[in-house]
Amino acid sequence: MKFTEKEVEILELLENDCRLSAEQIAKMIELTEDETKQLIKNLEDQRIIVDYTAQINWGKVDGHEGVKAMIDVKVQPKRGVGFDEIASRIYRFKEVKSVYLMSGAYDLSIIIEGKSMSEIAQFVSDKLSTLDSVLSTTTHFILKKYKHDGTIFEQEDEDKRIVVSP
Amino acid sequence: MIEPSYYLSNIVQELKPSGIRKFFDLAAGMEGVISLGVGEPDFVTPWNVREACILSLEQGYTSYTANAGLIELRKEISHYLKNLTNIEYNPHNQVLVTVGGSQALDISLRAIVNPGDEVIVIEPSFVSYASLVTLAGGIPVPVQTTGDMEFKLQPEELEKAITEKTKAIILCSPNNPTGTCLNKKELEMIAEIIEKYDLLVISDEIYAELTYDEAYTSFVSIKGMEERTILVSGFSKGFAMTGWRLGYIAANPEFLNAMLKIHQYSMMCAPTMAQYAAIEAMKNGKEDVIHMKKSYRQRRNLFVGALNDIGLTCHVPGGAFYAFPSIQKTNLTSEEFAEQLLMEEKVAVVPGNVFGKSGEGFVRCSYASSLEQLQEAVRRMQRFVESRT
Ligand SMILES: Cc1ncc(COP(=O)(O)O)c(C=O)c1O
Repeated sequence: MKFTEKEVEILELLENDCRLSAEQIAKMIELTEDETKQLIKNLEDQRIIVDYTAQINWGKVDGHEGVKAMIDVKVQPKRGVGFDEIASRIYRFKEVKSVYLMSGAYDLSIIIEGKSMSEIAQFVSDKLSTLDSVLSTTTHFILKKYKHDGTIFEQEDEDKRIVVSP
Repeated sequence: MIEPSYYLSNIVQELKPSGIRKFFDLAAGMEGVISLGVGEPDFVTPWNVREACILSLEQGYTSYTANAGLIELRKEISHYLKNLTNIEYNPHNQVLVTVGGSQALDISLRAIVNPGDEVIVIEPSFVSYASLVTLAGGIPVPVQTTGDMEFKLQPEELEKAITEKTKAIILCSPNNPTGTCLNKKELEMIAEIIEKYDLLVISDEIYAELTYDEAYTSFVSIKGMEERTILVSGFSKGFAMTGWRLGYIAANPEFLNAMLKIHQYSMMCAPTMAQYAAIEAMKNGKEDVIHMKKSYRQRRNLFVGALNDIGLTCHVPGGAFYAFPSIQKTNLTSEEFAEQLLMEEKVAVVPGNVFGKSGEGFVRCSYASSLEQLQEAVRRMQRFVESRT
């Protein structure tokens, strides 16, 4: 799909900070507030903007640390529906946060979140590997998040400039 | 006990410290200040550029470079200027790498000024110009511009200031502190006068990458001006490289050769690691520059709009990252305004009078700050303005 420069600018701004109001965005990109609201609505309707969420560093919140794992899955694609059917069977589990079809050594890359390692291990052995088309799984636990979706965690974002300068 | 002032040179003793310095000292010790007082990008130098510097250190490039700078860098600069100005500067004898735009200005002036020569400075202006003219032994002659005309130089004002002693004029577009840009037509009118009186121009184009509304026109690309213009620029602003201390001069070979003499005796060469970093910036930095420029433009729109909403009337600055609003409605001088705003609301701005007489009644606010900071600054400024009107 092709979008105008202003639409792309809206997308970039919102991707960076989805708390920006339509009023603020309107001023920044030199459109009226109504025009901006309309453009945002169109982008939402077309599911270009899919959701507005916050990046949380749960690792720092006591009791919410959780465990994440990436699982490489090899599957047997089915005639007629390819990988789509097995992918959709997998992404419906609430434990599954992301599913990607991959090129290379395996077929699906899945990101799973659970309360503990044993919970994830159980999910993999009970739910995932028992699916008919799943041939094999390899589970990698995520030990630490340094950067996620463009955001650097643990970043000290402090302004290092002196207060007044030429 | 010696009396130091007995030994100090008269020129230095008479030189006024920059008015910005005073505000720096005032603000430096305070906590929780929102700073709109900075004349530099809020971006950190793009990582690939920093990485190139680290690599150069790992490879042991820690010695002097050629006086004029690494030839590879001069070639990149020449190529870059060709795209920007459509003029081909020979990297071997028309490009000189300097320690910041600051040193570029200094040696440009020292290369052309004889004692008593007059150099015209358009005010409000970057704080260094007049003092650098004085240090070079010349006489700075201010020409005022006004807020009504968006601080654009009026050719007749320029003409009035010219005498037999006038040797050169310093132009700066986009301008610090006003953000004002001169378009092709306006530059052409100035060029006519330059030609008529046979003057030189030092064109400070350090903000060339940061223009938001009209296409950028370099003064050297105006007909007949290339040979009489010393183009001064650098990496500080467009590439977010203020701390690297790297700038450059492009000019015709005779001028450049004269400046090279001063440079080689006083500086030898610009820092080597910064030069390697700059090669990377020129080669692969375009996207970062575009990204930063877009972000400045968005913040300008929001911030300048907000200043006007709270009654601090401000023209829309076409470039750089400064807004220069009028504070006349508060009935304070620019220095009172800046000082009281800092003390009461902890917002640092720079009083307009430090940039020359025509800056009185205005303050310089840099919008190279995060959106949150800008919005909070405007809230505090609104409270302050309301308490004064
Ligand atoms: C108009 C202008 N010229 C030159 C400079 C000097 O820049 P640098 O020495 O960092 O390259 C500045 C810095 O504020 C400036 O605003």
